[in-house]
Amino acid sequence: MSTADRSDADADGTAVALTVDGDQVELSVAPETSLLRALRDAGHLATTGACEQGECGSCSVLLDGRMVCSCLVPAVTCASAEVRTVTSLCAPDVADALVAHGAVQCGFCTPGFVVAIETALRTAGDRVLSTDEMHEHLAGNLCRCTGYAGLVTAALEVQRARLAAGAGRST
Amino acid sequence: MSVTAPTRSASPSIGVDHERPDVRAKISGEFEFSNDAVAPGMLFGATVRSPHPHARIVAIDTRAALAMEGVVTILTADDVPGDRIIGHITADQPVFAFDRVRYEGEPIAFVIATSQRLAWRAADAVTVEYSPLPVLTDPEAALDPDAPLLHPDGNLVRRLVIDHGSECHGAEVEVSGTWWTGRQDQAFLGPESGLARPDPDGGVTVLIATQDLHLDQVQIAAALGIDTSLVRVVCGGVGGAFGGREDVTCQIHLALAALLTGRPVKTTFRRRESFLAHPKRHPARLAYRIGADRDGTLRYVWARIRLDGGAYASTSMPVIGVAAYFAAGPYRFDGVDIVGESVYTNNPVSGAMRGFGAVQACFGIESTLDLLAAELDIDPVELRRRNALRPGDRFPTSGQIVGPSAPVIEVIERCAALPLPEPSPQLHPYARPGGTGLTTLGEGVRRGVGFAVGVKHMLYGEGTPEWCDATVRLSSGGVEVLSAAVEVGQGITAVLESVAREELEPALGEIPIRVGPASTAAGYAGSSSASRQTWMSAGAVRAACRDLLAKLDLAVVSDVGWEQAVTDQVIAGEATYRPRATEAGDPTTGRGDVHVAWMFVAHRAVVDVDVELGTVKVVQIATSQDVGRAVHPREIHGQILGGIAQGLGLALNEELRVHDGIALNPSFTDYLVPTAADMPEMLVDLVEVAEPEAPYGLKGVGEPPSLSSTPAIAAAIRAASGAPLRRVPIHPDDIVTMTATSDPVEVPET
Repeated sequence: MSTADRSDADADGTAVALTVDGDQVELSVAPETSLLRALRDAGHLATTGACEQGECGSCSVLLDGRMVCSCLVPAVTCASAEVRTVTSLCAPDVADALVAHGAVQCGFCTPGFVVAIETALRTAGDRVLSTDEMHEHLAGNLCRCTGYAGLVTAALEVQRARLAAGAGRST
Repeated sequence: MSVTAPTRSASPSIGVDHERPDVRAKISGEFEFSNDAVAPGMLFGATVRSPHPHARIVAIDTRAALAMEGVVTILTADDVPGDRIIGHITADQPVFAFDRVRYEGEPIAFVIATSQRLAWRAADAVTVEYSPLPVLTDPEAALDPDAPLLHPDGNLVRRLVIDHGSECHGAEVEVSGTWWTGRQDQAFLGPESGLARPDPDGGVTVLIATQDLHLDQVQIAAALGIDTSLVRVVCGGVGGAFGGREDVTCQIHLALAALLTGRPVKTTFRRRESFLAHPKRHPARLAYRIGADRDGTLRYVWARIRLDGGAYASTSMPVIGVAAYFAAGPYRFDGVDIVGESVYTNNPVSGAMRGFGAVQACFGIESTLDLLAAELDIDPVELRRRNALRPGDRFPTSGQIVGPSAPVIEVIERCAALPLPEPSPQLHPYARPGGTGLTTLGEGVRRGVGFAVGVKHMLYGEGTPEWCDATVRLSSGGVEVLSAAVEVGQGITAVLESVAREELEPALGEIPIRVGPASTAAGYAGSSSASRQTWMSAGAVRAACRDLLAKLDLAVVSDVGWEQAVTDQVIAGEATYRPRATEAGDPTTGRGDVHVAWMFVAHRAVVDVDVELGTVKVVQIATSQDVGRAVHPREIHGQILGGIAQGLGLALNEELRVHDGIALNPSFTDYLVPTAADMPEMLVDLVEVAEPEAPYGLKGVGEPPSLSSTPAIAAAIRAASGAPLRRVPIHPDDIVTMTATSDPVEVPET
């Protein structure tokens, strides 16, 4: 979908070239445009925004490998950055575990949780996370539907399976 | 939680878990939510809202905003061609305020521009001159003779009396207590959003995140002054609802803008606007007296309930009805004397939220029962078990005979028997009250256990007409199920598919089944609310499938298979499902056939409380819930766990605080939705006693988790701390200072 169709980009904005999920992208952004809005204006709609003040985690993405709330990052600061959204981070084992544990209802928070789960597992490396620790790792993302149990259980299950398979990380 | 592998049995689809049709797209981010919708050439809208809770509108000046480049037009009440006052039960709410505003955030104008950011900027440039009026913020003062009059017929939305049985005094023991619940927001994550486009026939199509396509349709048509058939409402992807999408927010504004500009128009609310725009759970005052014999046999319940309805009626009429009808809980009483009132104030509009009045009533009756248990020195669980309704009893308020699916004693006993957590508080910081803040080494931590029981009806009740349509089309591509049932995340799409599979596959064999888009073109389904949609849609789809099968020559199907039998035909099964009708209760006694069936639930909460700091860690919630027959066990677990989280929020964290009619914390920074770190271990037990009135014996499951989880947590904190705790959410101050938070109010006897 073209930027023109969305009619919400800033035509007079600053051009910012960056990588989104492996693709070279050029965004036209105003000084106050967040990375979240810039991504969505450019048609990258997988990342959702629920609060736009860094409280809910729905808009979580990896920015040069670090998880950020994309709503808090000015897009003009992202020149040459590598952004990864749920689109390239959603691993089949995480998806299968979320399905199996009923971790998805309305789904608005889910893309952000996929990013948060992947980040938690990468951060933990080879260290097995306890249930309490996984609750803390995922506490930056709000879910209003599920009560978190399915999300936490799915994340723990994926970690155990990956460690058992000898791979603490996956892409 | 249990995960059951799909198996084939005599009952191949109902009762086993299935992968939801929407789940993969939601995980990958490809699912289209309402705010993802686009249309070529679309414009964007932004709402001008009142900063005052009560004021006369002197003048609206749009000139500066209109002069901004890219601003197309600005709509106000003068542009509404049809009804300027709408409302889905009581018409009392302006599409745009035109003479005065009655709450902070009330819509005054809708600015249409070429980008969302520009529309917001232009909305800020609209100047409105106000003349402030006296603000009515105290619901206790709303009916006073000198209270500001907010609506022509007075400030009372509805008073409901349920009075029958023996005189409500003279029992061997009487306890009394007054309780309060705060203003909870649905806080769904997907902000309000929609996209309207003009149709060639002069009508309009509105894509919207909603709970009821047809209620939106009739209100849009009324405001536009066009025939209902010219308004098409299509369900956009809904990012959670919980009652907060039953009322119109941007629907009419968008439709009007699309018709007046001749172009598609979209809007998406920001979080603060979302908090201001949709009605919330009613704050409640619940004054109770319960009389009992010394042996714990309940005799009477007296309750005076007042709900703060806010500025407009929204669903206050049925909500106070539900609060009153469930004010006696699922218990045997000889005498019932209940008066429920919902009143207008200049506070935010109150409306539907999961539990719909029964949440507040449950907190009142259950908290008072704990006072009685303490007075009689009877175990709180035993007091409830001893007085629980049994099949064949009369429901205490309506007087209806309770049918065979009334496992009240079962949910109490089974919940109480679920394993308790380790007895001593764990020392790991994650598990302590105060969490990783390391506020305690455990020296001031006390553990408490609380128990509560909840009850609510399913379906609308009180005589509201209710039906549900479905169409099932068989073609060479397989089966398509057409329904207007809205998927709000609860899994209704999976239910529709499972019911069709259950009904059709024994005759047709394996067949592709897909669920078509929900829209007003797909018949009527009513709202996804009131724990009704699974029951209603299952009834409709089941009947439509049976109609389809009756139109087929099953012998031929059996011989040649469905693909050969159908060839290039399209064969449609259609049905309208109607549950047993209800009636309004008697105006004096409240008795009558007001509800079709009930859901029962018990919760036990275990908490650790730092009695010096007032911090609370919920350690475990155990629940047994009456589900009739579990349609999709995994999805039911999801409803239960999510409902408990909201119940925990109401108990501890969640309150939209309002001062002089102004919301103080309309953001996720200050309105505290529970996080993963707040959630305890949860044990879930499903009690299955088939409901004879319902298709497949199923019951709704969405609301019960929010009923008794809150009072169970409050009871546990009282047990741990000894603080009286008359109000939820419970703040650390309430625990440390041992106060009841609010001053008692004088509640009239009559």
